[in-house]
Amino acid sequence: MIYTHDLRKTFGDHNVLCGITQHIEKGEKVVVIGPSGSGKSTFLRCLNMLEEPTGGEIIFDGIKLTDPQTNLDEVRQRMGMVFQHFNLFPMKTVRQNITLAPVLLKKMSQEEADAKADELLKRIGLPDKAQSYPGMLSGGQQQRIAIARALAMDPKVMLFDEPTSALDPEMVGEVLTIMKELAQDGMTMVVVTHEMGFAREVASRVLFIDEGIVAEENEPYEFFNHPRNPRLQDFLSKVL
Amino acid sequence: MLEWLKSVGESFYNAWVPEQRYLAYLSGLRMTLLISLFAVMIGIVIGVMIAVIRVTARTSRLKLVKVLDVIAKLYITVIRGTPMIVQIMIIYNLIFTSPNTNPIIVGAVCCGINSGAYVAEIIRAGIASIPVGQMEAGRSLGLTYAMTMRTIILPQAFKNILPALGNEFISLVKETSVISVIAVNDLMKMAGYVGSRTWDVIPPYVIAAAIYLVMTLGLTRLMGFFEKKMARSDRH
Repeated sequence: MIYTHDLRKTFGDHNVLCGITQHIEKGEKVVVIGPSGSGKSTFLRCLNMLEEPTGGEIIFDGIKLTDPQTNLDEVRQRMGMVFQHFNLFPMKTVRQNITLAPVLLKKMSQEEADAKADELLKRIGLPDKAQSYPGMLSGGQQQRIAIARALAMDPKVMLFDEPTSALDPEMVGEVLTIMKELAQDGMTMVVVTHEMGFAREVASRVLFIDEGIVAEENEPYEFFNHPRNPRLQDFLSKVL
Repeated sequence: MLEWLKSVGESFYNAWVPEQRYLAYLSGLRMTLLISLFAVMIGIVIGVMIAVIRVTARTSRLKLVKVLDVIAKLYITVIRGTPMIVQIMIIYNLIFTSPNTNPIIVGAVCCGINSGAYVAEIIRAGIASIPVGQMEAGRSLGLTYAMTMRTIILPQAFKNILPALGNEFISLVKETSVISVIAVNDLMKMAGYVGSRTWDVIPPYVIAAAIYLVMTLGLTRLMGFFEKKMARSDRH
C-alpha cells in the first residue's frame, strides 16, 4: 500500500533520513521506535509529504507522491494523520472540526457529515462533546477527537506522530484504547511512539530507526526479546 | 481673569463664526475624511497583497514569488524607515506634476502607500502568530493551501490582527494632516488658512485639534465595539 524506496531527507547539511526502503502492506500495523532525533517522525511526515523528501521515492496506492505532477491534496484525503499536539481548530466546535474537511472537499453534505461526526464521537466515547470547543477539553479528549477528525475522511491508512507524547500519564490509556480498536477493525496504521506496550500488543511489525536508517525490523516478539542490533539492545535496556 | 477669559472667548469666536469660517473647517474635515477613507482602502489593498506575497514566499519555491518578496521587503523597509513628509514630497513631485490633479487622489495615494507597509506587517505578523500545526492539520486532511488559509488560518489571525489594525487606521487619520504641505485643503490646512485671516493662529489650531480628537475617539470606540463582538465568540 505504501512503498518507499531509498527515502532521503536533509535539512541543510544535516542528514536526517539516509535511505529508507520499506513496504507497508494493507492492514499492517507498523510501529516505529527510536531515540529522539533519529528521524522517525521525519520518516512518518514524509509518508504524506508534509515533509518533502530530498531523495528517493514514495508510492502510495500506485501513485508516485514524489512526482511533482501528483495532486498531493487529493492523495492526502486518503491518508489520515494524528499529531503529537492534536492541532484541533480552536475556533470551531468539535463537530465542526470533524465535518470541516469532508464538507469542504464535497465528500459529504453537511447533514451526512454531521451524522458521521455523531457516530464517530459515539465510537470514541465522547457523544456529548459535539458542541464543545477544543479548549474546554482535556488533552486525551482532544487527541481522541483528532483521531475522529482524521477518520471522517475515510482514510485508507492512518499515520500517528507520537500521539500520546504530549499527554498526562492518566490520559495515555484512553487514546491507546481507541488506537487498538482501530487496529482491530483492520485499519492500516503507521505509528511513531514511545509506548512499548502498545508496540508489543498491536504491531504486526516494529521498526527501529536510528541515525536515519532502519537499523532493525521484526515482528514484536522477536524484536523485543531477541534484539540483534547493539544500539537497539542499548535503547531497549533504557526504555523497558 | 475675567478679562482674559473674555479675550480668549472672543478669539475663538473670531476663529469660528465671522465670514462663515466654520464652513472652512467643515470643508477641511470633509477632505480629511475622504482622504482617510480612500487611504485606508488603498492601504488595505496594498497591505493584503504584500502580506500574501511575504507569507507565501515562506513556503513557495516559485522564482516569481521570491522576486516579489524581495520587492515587498524593500518597499516595507523604505516606507517604514523614512518620514512620511519626505515620502509625500517625493511622490507628489514625481507623479502628480500636473497642476490640476484631484487633491483627494494625491492625498489618498500618498497616505495609502505609506499605510500599506504598516498594514502588510500587521497582517503578516498576525498570520505568522498562528502555530504551523494548524496549517499542517488542514493540509493533512487534504485541504489545499488556499482552503486552509481561508477557513482555518485567516479567521484565527484576524482576531489577533484587529486591535493593531484599528490603531493603524487611527494613526492614519491623524497622519493625513501632513499632506497639508502639498496644497491639499484638509482640516489642518484650513485651520492655518483661518489663522492667516484672523492674525491669531492658536484658536483655529485648537479647534482643529478638537476635531481630530473627536474623530480618533470615535474610531477607538468603534474598534472597541468590534473587538468585544469578536471576543464573544471565543468565551470558552
